[in-house]
Amino acid sequence: MENIYSFIAFILLSGMVLGSALLVVTLKNLVHSVLWLIVTFVGVAGIFLLLNADFVAAVQVLVYAGAVCIMIAFGVMLVQRIDMANSNSVNWRFKIAAPLVGGLFIVIGLLTARAQWVAAGQEVPEKTVQNLAPILMQDFLIPFEVAAILLTVALTGALVLVKEVKANGDRS
Amino acid sequence: MVEFALRHAWLVPLLPALAFAMIVFLTRPWPKLSSAVSIAAIFSSFVLSSAIAYGVFTNPAFIEKPLVYSLRWFGMEGFTVHVGVMLDPTSTMMLFMVSLVATLIQIYSTGYMEGDPQYSVFFSYLSLFAASMLGLVISSNLLQMFVMWELVGLCSFLLIGFYTFKISAREAAKKAFMTTRIGDFGMLLGLLFLQIVFGTLDLTELTQRVPAYEQFGISLGLLTLIAILLFIGPIGKSGQFPLHVWLPDAMEGPTPVSALIHAATMVVAGVYLVGRTLFLFAEVPGAMEVVAFTGAFTALFAATIAITQREIKRILAYSTVSQLGYMMLALGVGSLSASMFHLWTHAFFKALMFLGAGSVLHALHHKADVWDMGGLIKKMPITGWTFVVGGLAIAGIPPFAGFWSKDEILAVTMQYATHGHIMGYLLFFMAAFTAFLTAFYMWRMIFLAFFGKEKPENHPHESPWNMAFPLIVLAVLSTVGGLIGTPWANYWGEWIHFGQPHHGEPAIGLMLLSVFLGVAGIGLAYIFYYKDEEKQRVKQLAERYQTLYRISYNKYYVDELYQWFTRSVVDAGARVLYWFDIHVVDGIVDGLAGITRTSGKGLRYLQTGKLQTYALVFFLAVLVITVVLAFGNPTSAGILGGGK
Amino acid sequence: MATGLNPSYFIALSAALFAIGLYGAISRKNAIAVLISIELMLTAVNINLVAFNKFLTPEAFIGQIFAIFVITVAAAEVGLGLAIVIAIYRNRKSVDLDDFDWMKW
Repeated sequence: MENIYSFIAFILLSGMVLGSALLVVTLKNLVHSVLWLIVTFVGVAGIFLLLNADFVAAVQVLVYAGAVCIMIAFGVMLVQRIDMANSNSVNWRFKIAAPLVGGLFIVIGLLTARAQWVAAGQEVPEKTVQNLAPILMQDFLIPFEVAAILLTVALTGALVLVKEVKANGDRS
Repeated sequence: MVEFALRHAWLVPLLPALAFAMIVFLTRPWPKLSSAVSIAAIFSSFVLSSAIAYGVFTNPAFIEKPLVYSLRWFGMEGFTVHVGVMLDPTSTMMLFMVSLVATLIQIYSTGYMEGDPQYSVFFSYLSLFAASMLGLVISSNLLQMFVMWELVGLCSFLLIGFYTFKISAREAAKKAFMTTRIGDFGMLLGLLFLQIVFGTLDLTELTQRVPAYEQFGISLGLLTLIAILLFIGPIGKSGQFPLHVWLPDAMEGPTPVSALIHAATMVVAGVYLVGRTLFLFAEVPGAMEVVAFTGAFTALFAATIAITQREIKRILAYSTVSQLGYMMLALGVGSLSASMFHLWTHAFFKALMFLGAGSVLHALHHKADVWDMGGLIKKMPITGWTFVVGGLAIAGIPPFAGFWSKDEILAVTMQYATHGHIMGYLLFFMAAFTAFLTAFYMWRMIFLAFFGKEKPENHPHESPWNMAFPLIVLAVLSTVGGLIGTPWANYWGEWIHFGQPHHGEPAIGLMLLSVFLGVAGIGLAYIFYYKDEEKQRVKQLAERYQTLYRISYNKYYVDELYQWFTRSVVDAGARVLYWFDIHVVDGIVDGLAGITRTSGKGLRYLQTGKLQTYALVFFLAVLVITVVLAFGNPTSAGILGGGK
Repeated sequence: MATGLNPSYFIALSAALFAIGLYGAISRKNAIAVLISIELMLTAVNINLVAFNKFLTPEAFIGQIFAIFVITVAAAEVGLGLAIVIAIYRNRKSVDLDDFDWMKW
């Protein structure tokens, strides 16, 4: 019975994700796109829950749906002051891009259909965080720290980039 | 001390090398200090060499079993090269002789080079030369020897061209370097062959392997080729015909250099190399004949040139070429002992004569023509009388050093002839005639320069003590240096020999002949150039045999021949190659570049700078490639499809 | 799990989301919209990673770890990307990517 429920949940979540994603890339108003992006991310978080990845789901909501989307909204506000309604038009490439991505999807789908899966025969342990933490903090400690450095560098770099530049080229 | 010296023989070349580095990096601004460093280093080397010589020549075990020790230098799969020290009587003798002569000449140079703006540099070069030459002498390995060989060549180049402001000096330096390079190339080929065939360049190992050359799968012919290739190096270095042309020109360098490098030490490196590899030459009679005839011909050839030359140093240079020919001849007839003996005595008397010539040039402010000199012995007694000693030695008058060694060479040549080599008589005749010519041209020079009427325009003066002192020491050595190898008590032959030591009965007849030849040469010179004050007779002779005189005076036009050869043949070839290079090679390169440029010009319009277009094309390609790989070819389907 | 969910569903979802993101990335004019589309593509990848983690190596958690790193890097990328867009906008008064073609011949 659980299979049925999870299947139904999958269908609903997939619909939510794909529908909102389609809206993200088709709406003409960029702010609306960003709002629908939040919906997409929340839907993906649901998918993660369905896949027994509680912690990743939480991170997804916190980082993506929260921080990233708000940041993008701010970015939109900073660069798009007039004509917001028409801020997200498409260029000439969409005629080629649409069949291209369709074809890509079909190819992946066909390949997936041909694949034969070897099930692990195990379930993801219940307590994801307790299991994840030791791996992250022991085996992956160095990548973890590097990621921290990367974030610091990226934020500092972003600050430097957006700093007001005076006419004489002086950044201070 | 002796044990220490034997164990640390590598210090002998190292000390001058350190002096070189020290002068170059530290003491260059202070000339006196530089020369002091240099002389201290070479003198220490001399003391060490003496200790080594004492150690070696008191222990007969060294004759059969040289002291060898080495370090691994570099290596790879199946190929290892060691650097090391090899001490046997031959190398010890050379070590002693080179360090002694180098010490004396460096002392002499403090006087000769005084006031030269490049004084420190000169001493740094001399140190470098001493280091390389001593390194060459004690090498246990032919590759190591080759490296040192090139280093002495470099020093020779630097020192010949020492007066860089003189065009002739620069030209002479280039000529010397390129001519010896030709020889070195042949030698390098020979070394490569040796390495390939025998798998080693170590002298000790080669000595064992070469006699069994058939086991290494080569024929006598190939071994002859190897030996002759190897011999090309000594032809260049030791000024043998036809690569002798650089040596007379090398006299452009300062006179101490001529004495040290181009008379006593470096030029005998070729003789030494052949002596060291005599085990190889001894296997191939053909190569031995080449060595013998090259030597004998060079000896005669250079002597006939020397009789008409006018510049004092040129006469000495041709005499050097001639004497080197003698040494080669001795090696060619199989006598290491006689060759090394002549090398030993020649080093002393020829260094003495060069230094004497330097002293004369110093006094006469570099007026070099012997016809412009005369009566110098009155004003320069030390230089003059020591020069006379040198002249007696080279002319082969007993008991001076040259007599014993030259007599030894004549004796071994005669022995070679009587042991079934008919051509040996020709060699003997050439050698004997050369001995006569040598005495003649040397004494012609001595009578013209030191005796006869004084020229009023010359104001000679005796040289200072630091130049006179080496002259006296060398004069003493030229007098007594040969007594260790007389036929009655041949200590020399017992220590330095190849194969069985030579135990000939003293050949009184030969000795008388050789004394007669020397005296005849001197007598003829006396009649022509001393008694006949106006030199009428020689002038008449030169008139009558004008052609012969010209040929000899112009050195058989060998230089002109080479010039003509380079001008016409080499330059014509070069022009052909130049055309080929410009039109074919450059054409290909330019064509390729042109294609690249043209296609680039066309293709650059594909680069629109629009990132999304790039992404579009990229993913289109991804799609196409995926489809082709996954569905196009059934056998590759497994890669992406995971299907069976 | 014969009737239940199997990886194919998630791969299909992920492929669809990736395709949508790619479409956006190629066809939108606005630079920020392109950034958003790239985020969609990254999310699609994450779905794949987590799904394989569940179905193939549940014990190892490698997929989830990777997903976390992808999210981290994506956050950094959005930050920098926005900064660049803002900096360019200041100079060019435009966010249309087709105007940014001065990296051409």
